Amino acid sequence: MQILWTLYRAFFMIGALTFGGGYAMLPMLEREIVAKHKWATQEEILDYFAIGQCTPGIIAVNTATFVGYKQKGIIGGIVATLGVVSPSIVIIMVIAAVLTNFMDVVWVQHAFAGIRVAVCALIVASVIKLAKSNVKAWWHIALAVAAFVLVGLCGFSPVYIVVGCALASVVLGRRCEKHE
Amino acid sequence: MSKLLIMCLEFFKTGLFAVGGGLATLPFLAQIQQKYQWFTAEELANMIAVSESTPGPIGVNMATYVGFTSLGVVGGILATLSLVLPSLIVIMAIARALDKYRENKWIQGMFSFMRPAVTGLIAAAAFSVIRVALFRKADSLLASVDWIAVALFAVLLVLTQVKRLKKIHPAAYIGVGAVIGVILSM
Repeated sequence: MQILWTLYRAFFMIGALTFGGGYAMLPMLEREIVAKHKWATQEEILDYFAIGQCTPGIIAVNTATFVGYKQKGIIGGIVATLGVVSPSIVIIMVIAAVLTNFMDVVWVQHAFAGIRVAVCALIVASVIKLAKSNVKAWWHIALAVAAFVLVGLCGFSPVYIVVGCALASVVLGRRCEKHE
Repeated sequence: MSKLLIMCLEFFKTGLFAVGGGLATLPFLAQIQQKYQWFTAEELANMIAVSESTPGPIGVNMATYVGFTSLGVVGGILATLSLVLPSLIVIMAIARALDKYRENKWIQGMFSFMRPAVTGLIAAAAFSVIRVALFRKADSLLASVDWIAVALFAVLLVLTQVKRLKKIHPAAYIGVGAVIGVILSM
């Protein structure tokens, strides 16, 4: 019971403090899941993201399900998922009911402009941390740069990158391991 | 069929076929809008703006918003649960298989290729947020730079790299961002 409540609380926090969804939740995940509760390693979070990229559903939700399932089986997966969506349900319904012109309020716009900048800094900090621990060999750099260019600059869907990497590992796996 | 049941089915479908998260749910929601007219196209645009700037995954926010606008509180809750149900089932099946095969050489090889690539994907996501947060619409590149935002970004990024400040919760940075945004009328 205790662990379920802790799971729910941790993912509620993550849902409540993630602005922009998806990868923007990485700094929160690192703090709550990796550093504080040690429910998953940084590498596992990346694996969940890779899987979430080519499976149905929202990445934040998929990650919650993964971590919850690993801790406490099916019930853990359900509780963690409910935790991550609960804040959205409450916040969005309050905004929809009370403030139809929420985004027209001037100081709200200013606050969100500042929040977006903070989110940028947090994600870049996460990328630096990830690059330090996961991009070590020359072919790691090549993969990371290729993924960045294809998705960030050319607008390809991340699905192709993940599936392409899986296929490449089958073909090139052995050869690259020698270079590590 | 009651409206509620139809809505649950539509959101289940969205959750099942929207791959990649974020705005991947958007084409499905636009389709729901055209098919059933539970809300207007203009309302949908407002929902996107609110969903993108409030906490929580965008897809989940959108589902709650659409459900609530169409069918009240029960609609908001059921739409969200219907959206996450498919991924809940799929991911738990994968998590189970992963437990079994994590030590498998091929699986490990696959992840060793994916991790650097996902790092690149996250960098691409960071880049797209930076484009929105640090630049304005302008004719030339130089004129489009929002210098106040860039300065705030630089200060916050340096702070995240200071060893002694590593313990600070990311939420604190978001709070600081909001306060400075209001003070400087960003």
